[in-house]
Amino acid sequence: MMQRRFSDYIFRSYTKRRIVNRVMCGLLGVAALLAILPLINVFGYVFMQGWPELRPSFFLEIPKPVGELGGGMANALFGTGILILLGSLIGIPWGIATGMYLSEYGRGKLATCVRFSVDILASTPSIIIGLFVYAFIVMPMGHFSALAGGVALGLLMIPTIARSTEELLKLVPTHIREAGLALGLPRWKVTLRIVLMGSMKAIATGIMLAVARAAGETAPLLFTAFGNRFWARGLDQPIASLPVQIYTYAISPYDEWHRQAWTGALVLILFVFVVNMVTRVALRTSVRSAE
Amino acid sequence: MRTLSAGEFTEMSATLRVKPKREIHPGDFIFSWALKILAFGMVALLALIVIFLAKGALPAIHKFGFSFLRGTDWDPVRESFGALPVIFGTVFSSFIAILLAAPLSVGVALFLNELAPNRIARIVGFLVEMLAAIPSVVYGLWGIFVLAPLLRVYVEPALGKTLGFLPLFRGAPYGLGMLAAGVILAIMIIPTIASISREIFRAIPRVQREAALGLGATRWEMMKLAVLKSSKTGIFGAVTLGLGRALGETMAVTMLIGNRAEISASLFAPGQTMASVIANEYSEATGDVHLASLILVGLSLFGVTFVINSLARLMVMRSVKRGGSQSRAR
Repeated sequence: MMQRRFSDYIFRSYTKRRIVNRVMCGLLGVAALLAILPLINVFGYVFMQGWPELRPSFFLEIPKPVGELGGGMANALFGTGILILLGSLIGIPWGIATGMYLSEYGRGKLATCVRFSVDILASTPSIIIGLFVYAFIVMPMGHFSALAGGVALGLLMIPTIARSTEELLKLVPTHIREAGLALGLPRWKVTLRIVLMGSMKAIATGIMLAVARAAGETAPLLFTAFGNRFWARGLDQPIASLPVQIYTYAISPYDEWHRQAWTGALVLILFVFVVNMVTRVALRTSVRSAE
Repeated sequence: MRTLSAGEFTEMSATLRVKPKREIHPGDFIFSWALKILAFGMVALLALIVIFLAKGALPAIHKFGFSFLRGTDWDPVRESFGALPVIFGTVFSSFIAILLAAPLSVGVALFLNELAPNRIARIVGFLVEMLAAIPSVVYGLWGIFVLAPLLRVYVEPALGKTLGFLPLFRGAPYGLGMLAAGVILAIMIIPTIASISREIFRAIPRVQREAALGLGATRWEMMKLAVLKSSKTGIFGAVTLGLGRALGETMAVTMLIGNRAEISASLFAPGQTMASVIANEYSEATGDVHLASLILVGLSLFGVTFVINSLARLMVMRSVKRGGSQSRAR
């Protein structure tokens, strides 16, 4: 079949084929340019619009009433920190445990089920997780809360962490586990102290990426943590978060709020990118030192 | 040396025949069960999601039954809910996104894997991956203030003038609408499709490419014959995964689609997707039926993405695993 196809080409004039080749290769380059154009544009705008408003007051003050200039997003930044912390408390241990199970014990039907569930959860729209937490925690409690928001972010973090942990632990050669077992260590100690601790640095980068992703999540927080124009007084109260604040400000009709939304976006993007860069560099150096 | 009596002999051989019982360390027992329970929690979580969403949606299921999916009327004021407009919006916007993103992403993947020198491939590959790292709400913000005005002032009038004879390009250019949502979705799913396509191309053995080049194929012919042809299923899977992501994408779409649950043939008209209607109306959902209808929309969305993602994963897995052997056999 392939031979017939090749002969089609060989009987065409060579110049024509070369022109087609040039044009198509050029088009592929254009495709690559088109794909990174939005990134550069988004970046440029967020910097241009967000930079002038990036003052200390943005980090230190809470929002002013509508119509007054100034104010900041201190409560939202703090809220995002709290939500991430709560999410990490759930997502990191659970994610690592699941990843460890899949890599160290993951054989048989149960493991297949678990792996499938993790895959499905990873591709479940985040708003569905938010709806679930709404039905699971917010409705029985009767009001929005930081706790519910943290749970939602935690659940979103699990599949990412579980997958990266599984992949990384699978890279640990078997003879290292056998060496530990041969020394008479029980398996759980080998798994925790040798296998897990040995790849902790790489796993930490996976966790950081999951955290960075969770920090930008908006949809699941809308009906769990909700939002708050003031400081939250407790974990059972609605709490502000940076992405939700950006969303509310962006769809508001006020110019002052739009400006703050851009600044919020700048802070969020900087955080995400710094984490991405740092993890990349850390991974590269750790791979190099391993070699 | 004394001879063994018959009794002693059987006793001894019995002791020898007993398999040494493997001692399980109590720590191992606890540890493995703890891991098993936590891991099984993932399966339980999936089940809980379905159960709780179904429970929350019960009032709507009681009231509308299966006609919920057929109803064309989404009207919170009269408490009449039919999901067809939002299903239409979801399919339409995702379709636009796929149409724009699929060729572009496959092109990017080809460029990075087959054409670009190493250094450029690394930088451009990093930038494309970064597209996926930008939070959805930032895309939404950019969409409202940059993309929508651009569409309203330049793109939509131009399309209307040249292709206005089609109902697709008729109507007033609002900026916010189906087209804006489709474009932003396309941008957001490019990294998904591109990175999976790259993985699939990487699974194709080098020899196959060299064979094509050796037979005198130009670079493009080589890509077409040796790379694209044997990864059709995989690319289809990658696009389907992108579709799965587009269907569930919420914030950017909510901010750009115009939020009106209507069925319109025009690209410029505002619409509503399954995800955006939930994000938009949850706060004003006062009636039980309204809230239950939103949760039912969520449950349907979960079902749809579940099916699409499972199928896509199967296709990608097959093509990455078999990529080598299959193409070699040909």
